[in-house]
Amino acid sequence: MSDDPELRVSKIRNGTVIDHIPGGQALNVLAIIGIDGTSGEEVSVAMNIPSDRLGKKDIVKVEGRELSQNEVDVLSLIAPAATINIVRNFDVAEKHRVERPSRVQGVLECPNRNCITTESEPVDSAFEVLDDGVRCEYCDTIIREDIAAHILVS
Amino acid sequence: MRQDHIISAKQLSRQDIEAVLDRAAEIAADPSAYADRHEGSLLGLLFFEPSTRTKMSFTAAMKRLGGDIVDMGTVESSSVKKGESLADTVRVVEGYADALVLRHPSEGAAQMASEFVDAPLINAGDGAGQHPTQTLLDLYTIRENAGFDDLSIGIMGDLKYGRTVHSLAHALTVFDARQHFVSPESLQLPRSVRYDLHESGAEVREHTDLDDVLSELDVLYVTRIQKERFPDESEYHEVAGEYQIDAATIREHNEDLTVMHPLPRVDEIAHDVDELDGAQYFQQAHNGVPVRMALLDMVLEESQ
Repeated sequence: MSDDPELRVSKIRNGTVIDHIPGGQALNVLAIIGIDGTSGEEVSVAMNIPSDRLGKKDIVKVEGRELSQNEVDVLSLIAPAATINIVRNFDVAEKHRVERPSRVQGVLECPNRNCITTESEPVDSAFEVLDDGVRCEYCDTIIREDIAAHILVS
Repeated sequence: MRQDHIISAKQLSRQDIEAVLDRAAEIAADPSAYADRHEGSLLGLLFFEPSTRTKMSFTAAMKRLGGDIVDMGTVESSSVKKGESLADTVRVVEGYADALVLRHPSEGAAQMASEFVDAPLINAGDGAGQHPTQTLLDLYTIRENAGFDDLSIGIMGDLKYGRTVHSLAHALTVFDARQHFVSPESLQLPRSVRYDLHESGAEVREHTDLDDVLSELDVLYVTRIQKERFPDESEYHEVAGEYQIDAATIREHNEDLTVMHPLPRVDEIAHDVDELDGAQYFQQAHNGVPVRMALLDMVLEESQ
């Protein structure tokens, strides 16, 4: 048996490996990419693995799926140190670091129930990304804690 | 001033603000010079919430510039009642008017609406968000009475939900002003306004007791604490009673104090204060006309 924590979950043939997620955030990452297990994707999750860089980290592997820019943008908010490996035929074909965008649009729901973006208007939510949190571009509400809880359910 | 829409006090620089106040002072000094300036222009009024002062003073301002208004009327009598979105309503009314004034109960409504129209749109209050034209008339009143140099201002009452407070606090950051916020803990400034004040480097203090700061203020800006912000009425009476001011207190601690209020007041300023020279809240309301005339003049000038 190897000591390499990456091997605690099985390798994938084609898909995405998201590594260096802060410990305990893997399920939120799955929520961001819209995976709840009901649509049959092959998903492996490793949580709270010792990491030199993060103390404890999570890893998510998804077979047959590559991430959209929107998904990467929100991912960057809860997992700024994450690396995204695109795997093709068991090899890492591309390796990306996430970058914090200056704004995210249409991916978070404003927690202010009186914000115009929560009403039936033809407008996407939009948040400015601050050093510490995000801020609604319409009503100015700032979210600092638990950003993942505000991900829009598609 | 190069502003297509007037959405938030945050968008206004010191230069923008002073340009509006200077124009307002010119208008107040000689209103007849502006009497036919916008003859033939129409201002569209979309008030999704009740309003007395703001709506009447915008109407008076437009008519005193020689223009006229088209008014959506109340929500109950409009197509909003049939389920029309705000985005659709403003796109329709844009075709009837040269500029739009919007009041809406939701925060961010003016920002969103402005994204759907080319005609200049002025925010006349969006929920607990912003009320920039109130701020301009507040600043005009402050300038007339205390000036902006080394200004020490107390802002008291409902700081959490009061949109006039949020707008004023933002605007004051471009001046050399010390802002003292006086409120119960449950009604302190929202996180977003604190964030902006902190980022701006403004000199800000928070207090729960007016006595701590009353004697050092040039201006006290009082706002109403609303009953519906409290879980029960007895708690409301207990808290609201601590954020009231009367003539005796002012005479004792600070005779030169300028007292302002966006109105309507309930009992947070006792009626005996009305007799003091520093009681400026009615003049403040009257200033809404020249200030809104100045703003409309500049916005319409820009869009022509």
